Amino acid sequence: MSVSGKSVIKRLDWFSVLLYIALVFIGWLNIYSATVTEDTANILNFSALHGKQLSFIMASGIAIVLLLAIEANFYERFSGLLYLVSMVLLLGIYPFGKTINGATSWYNLGFFNLQPSELAKVATALALAKYLSDIRTDIKRPKDQLYALGILLIPVILIVPQPDPGSALVFFAMSFVIFREGLPLYYLGIATALLVIFVLTLIYGTLWVLIILALLLVLFLLLKKPSFKVPVIPLSLVFVATILFSFSVSFIYNSVFEQRHRDRFSLWLRLEKDPRKLNEIIRTIGYNTYQSEKAIESGGFFGKGFLEGTRTKGNFVPEQHTDYIFSTVGEEWGFLGTSTVVILFTTLLLRLVYLAERQKNPFSRMYGYGVISILLVHYFINIGMVIGILPTIGIPLPFFSYGGSGLLFFTALLFIFLKLDANRLKELF
Amino acid sequence: MRKFLLAAIILVIGITFIARLSYLQIFSFSPNQVMEDPAIKAIYDYPERGYIFDRKGELLVANQPAYDVMVIPREVQPLDTLEFCALLGIDKKTFKTQLAKARVYSPRLPSVLVPQLSKKDYARLQEKMRRFQGFYIQKRSLRYYDTDSGANVLGYIAEVNARDLQNNPHYIAGELIGRTGIEKQYEHILRGHKGVKYIQKDRFNRDIGPYKDGLLDTLPTQGREITVTLDKALQEYGEKLMVGKRGGIAALEPSSGEILALISGPTYDPSLLIGRDRSKNYSKLHYDSIAKPTWDRSILAEPSPGSPFKILNALIALQEGVVTPTTKIPCYNGFYVGNKKRGCHCGGGMRDLNSGIFKSCNAYFAVAFRKIYDKYNTTAEGMDVWEEHAKSFGLGTYLGYDLPTGRPGRIPSKEYYDRVYGKNRWASSYIISNSIGQGEIATTPIQLANMTAAIANKGYYFTPHILKEIEGAPIDIPEYTIPKHTTIDKRHFDGVVQAMANVYEHGTARWLKVNDITIAGKTGTVENFTRIDGVRTQLTDHSVFIAFAPVENPKIAIAVYIENGYFGSRYAGHIASLMIEKYIKGEITRTDLEKRMLEKTLEAEYAKPYSGQPFKINERVW
Repeated sequence: MSVSGKSVIKRLDWFSVLLYIALVFIGWLNIYSATVTEDTANILNFSALHGKQLSFIMASGIAIVLLLAIEANFYERFSGLLYLVSMVLLLGIYPFGKTINGATSWYNLGFFNLQPSELAKVATALALAKYLSDIRTDIKRPKDQLYALGILLIPVILIVPQPDPGSALVFFAMSFVIFREGLPLYYLGIATALLVIFVLTLIYGTLWVLIILALLLVLFLLLKKPSFKVPVIPLSLVFVATILFSFSVSFIYNSVFEQRHRDRFSLWLRLEKDPRKLNEIIRTIGYNTYQSEKAIESGGFFGKGFLEGTRTKGNFVPEQHTDYIFSTVGEEWGFLGTSTVVILFTTLLLRLVYLAERQKNPFSRMYGYGVISILLVHYFINIGMVIGILPTIGIPLPFFSYGGSGLLFFTALLFIFLKLDANRLKELF
Repeated sequence: MRKFLLAAIILVIGITFIARLSYLQIFSFSPNQVMEDPAIKAIYDYPERGYIFDRKGELLVANQPAYDVMVIPREVQPLDTLEFCALLGIDKKTFKTQLAKARVYSPRLPSVLVPQLSKKDYARLQEKMRRFQGFYIQKRSLRYYDTDSGANVLGYIAEVNARDLQNNPHYIAGELIGRTGIEKQYEHILRGHKGVKYIQKDRFNRDIGPYKDGLLDTLPTQGREITVTLDKALQEYGEKLMVGKRGGIAALEPSSGEILALISGPTYDPSLLIGRDRSKNYSKLHYDSIAKPTWDRSILAEPSPGSPFKILNALIALQEGVVTPTTKIPCYNGFYVGNKKRGCHCGGGMRDLNSGIFKSCNAYFAVAFRKIYDKYNTTAEGMDVWEEHAKSFGLGTYLGYDLPTGRPGRIPSKEYYDRVYGKNRWASSYIISNSIGQGEIATTPIQLANMTAAIANKGYYFTPHILKEIEGAPIDIPEYTIPKHTTIDKRHFDGVVQAMANVYEHGTARWLKVNDITIAGKTGTVENFTRIDGVRTQLTDHSVFIAFAPVENPKIAIAVYIENGYFGSRYAGHIASLMIEKYIKGEITRTDLEKRMLEKTLEAEYAKPYSGQPFKINERVW
C-alpha cells in the first residue's frame, strides 16, 4: 500500500487537484464573507458556518487520502453493491428522513446531515460505467439501451417525490455517458427537438408551432433535390407526433401544472405580458433571482472588495451561502472574480474530458464521463439560475456551496476518477 | 466527433456565462451605486435654517424646536394607555388608530404618533417618557416668527413636492423648501447643506452599522442668516393700519431702491403656517377666494393707478416740450371728447402745471396728453414715444426685484390698441382715459412706489430689492446698485415736485399735513367695475395715494392702494401720511389720523357686492 501510495502521488493529475483546491478555497472565502458577523469573525470559530465548512474541507482532505489509498479496482468491483446500498438509502428517506426547507432529503446523523442523493450520484456514475463497460453490453441494442436508462431512472423515481427535481435532473444528464459510448445521436436530436417545441409552444402557442412546422415542410419540399425521394410516411409521423406533443404540452402546462410552476416558466420565458403581473412574479417567486442578479450587477467590473459587499452583508440574497454563493463572488469580486470562476470550472471540466479520453480502461473513461456530466449540470444550472438565464432549480455549485454532504461527495466523485486515472498505466500489465 | 461534443458544450456554456456576466456587470452596471443600493441608507443631518433680520438688525424669522412623538410598534410594551393619552393630550381612539396606522406602515420602523408637540407638552412628557417602551421623542426644527406681520413677503416653507424633486436633485422627499416670498427667493442661502451618514442595512431594513466606517459621510453646513431691507416697525405699523381694509402698500428708500415695507391687506399671522394646525390654517387661507389673504396685493394687484399717473403725463408733456410750467389750459368743469363731456372735480378755471397737479385737474391733463400725440404725425408714432417715456419709470414690465412673484402691470402700446380696435381704427380720443391714469394703464403698488422714487430722485431709480446683507456682508449686485435713468431730463422734475408738495400745502391732501415733514404726494381715485351675476357693475372707487418725503432729501417713497376706499385722500392718503411719519419720526403726532385709520374698516363696503341687494357706491361716510 505504501508503494502504491507513493506512485499515486507521482501519477496523480496535479493540474486537476490544483483547480480543485482553487475552487474550494475561493468557495470558502465567499462563504466566510456571506455568513460572517462581528461575533464570528474568527476563522477557526467552528460553531459558525464558515468554521463548519472549514471542518468539512478538512474532512474532505482526509477522505481524499482514503480514496486514493483504496485499490483502484475496488470501485469497479463494488459499484453494483454501492448502487444497491444507495438506492436502499434513498428509499429509507421516506420513513426515516429529516425534512429541511420542505424537502425530505436528509438523514440526521447527529453531527452531520447525510444527503443520500449525493451518494447516489457517485454510485450511479460507477454503476452505469460498470454496466456499459461490460463486454456483454451492446449499446446499439434497444434492450441494453433500456437497461442503461433504467440505471438512471431508478434514482430519479426515488428522488423526485422528496421533492428534489434538481438532483433528478443530474441523473438525466448522465445519459450523456451513454451517448459517448454509442447511443445513436438521433436520441439527442429528438430530445433537443422536443425541448424546442416545448419552449416554442409556451411562448407562441400550438397554432404558431404548427404554422412554423408547415412552413419548414414547404421549404423542405421546395428546396429538395428533384431526385430526392420524399419519405412520406415517416415525415407525416413526425408531423403528427409534433402536433400531439405540442397539444399535450399546452394541456399539461395549463391543466396539470400548478400556478407556482407556471409562474416559474412565465418568469423565465417572460410569458407574462402584463408588466404589473410580471412585476408581482418578480417580487415573489423571482425574488431570489432578482436579488442575486442585482447583487452581481452592483459588483461591476472590479467588485466592491472582499467583505465589502453591501447586499451580501445585508443578507439581501436568500440562501446566499448555499445555492446563491456565486452572487457573493459577483458582488465582491466583480466581473474579474466571476469570469475567473467560470474559467476555472471550464478548465477543470475540459481537463477532465482530456483525462477521460486518455483512459485505456473503458470503465474509467465512462466513469470519467459520468463525473463530467454531473459536475457540468450542477455548474450549468446553478450559475445559470444565479445570473438569471435559467429558471430557479435548487442545486448547489460544486466545491463552492456551503454543505458537508455536497462537498464530500463532489470530492469523492472527482478523486475516485483521479485515482482511476492515476492507475491507468498499471492496468496494462 | 462524439469526443468533442462534450468539450464543445462546456465551452459554449462558459462563453454564454461570460457574455451574460459582462452584460450584467459591465453594461448594466451603474456607477451611482451608493444612492441606488437598497443595502445602504443615507441618513441626513439637517442644518439649521438661516435667520432673517430686518434693516435695523431686528429679528424677523428664527427657528424653534418641535417635538414629534415617534413609535416603533414592534417594541411597544403593554402600557397605561389612559395616562399616556392624557400626557399627549389626545383621546384613546386617536391613539389606537395612529398606532394601527404605524403598524401597517411598518412594525419595525419608526412612525410619527403625534406630530409637533409644543415645548410645554414636551417638558411634561419628557421625564415620563422612559416608562413607555417603544415610544421616543424626535426633535425637529420649525420656523419661528418674531413678528405677526409680513406673512406674504417673508413667505413660508413647506415639504417639497414632486415637481421640486424632479427639478432639483438637492432635495429628497419630506424635506422642506421655501415655497413663497423671501424663503423661496433666498432658499439657497438660508437652507445650508445637509450632512449625510451612510448606514448599512439588512434586508429587513435594520441598521447593522456604518457603511465603510463612515468614510463617505459628510457634516452639515449651517444655513446663512440674511438681513433684509424691510423695516420691521414700519411693516407692523402698516399692517395694523390695514386691518379691515383690502389693498397693498409698497414703501421704498429712493436713494437705494431698498424695499422698506410690502403690505397686503388682509393678511395673516405667519405663525399660522407652522405647527400642528398648519394644513387646517393653510386651507382656510388658501380657499378664501373673496378676501384672498395669501394674494400679495403689494406686488400682484394691478389696478389702474388713477391720478398719480398724471405726474408722469406731466413729465412726458414737459420733456416733449408740448407744455411749459406756465402753459395755461382752461377747465370747464370737465373737457370734451368729441361731443361727450367728461367731468372734473377741480373747480374749473385756468390751470397751469402747478395747480393742474395739486387740484388734480382732469381737463388740464387731457389737453396736455393730446398735445403729446398731436406733436407727431400719427397717433401711433406718438404712442411709441409716450410708451417709451412711461416704461423708463419701470412701468409695464416686471421690475426685476428679488421676490419670486410679481406682475408686469400694463402700459398699453400701439400694438395693444391695434389688437383691441383693429389697425388704424383708433385715435388719441380712444385713449384719452390714459391721460388721467385710467383706461388701459395698470400698475402694481410696488411699480407705483418705484415711479414715486424715480420722481423723488428727479430722474433715476434703483431696482427695488429686499436683500441687504448676507451674514453681515452688504450685497454687491450691480443690478441693484447701478441707477436706472428715466427718459425725462432732471430740470423738468422741479416744477412737478413743487406741485406735489403743494398737494399737501393747498391741494387734495392738505388736511393730511404732518408737522416738520415736507411731503410731496398725489391722490388718486380710481373708478372700477366688477361683474355681479354677469352684469358689469361699478363699485366704490379705489383710493390711491403716492408720496415721498422729505421733499429736499427723500428717505421714503410710498404707494398705497386701498380697494373701494373712495377718495385718494381718505384711506390711502391717511395711511401714506401716517407711515411716512412713522418711518421718519418713529412716532405719530397726527394721532387724529391714526385713530381714524385704526377704527375705520371697509368691511361693509366689501360686503355690498355679495349682499345680493342693490347698493349705493361712493357714499360719503365721513
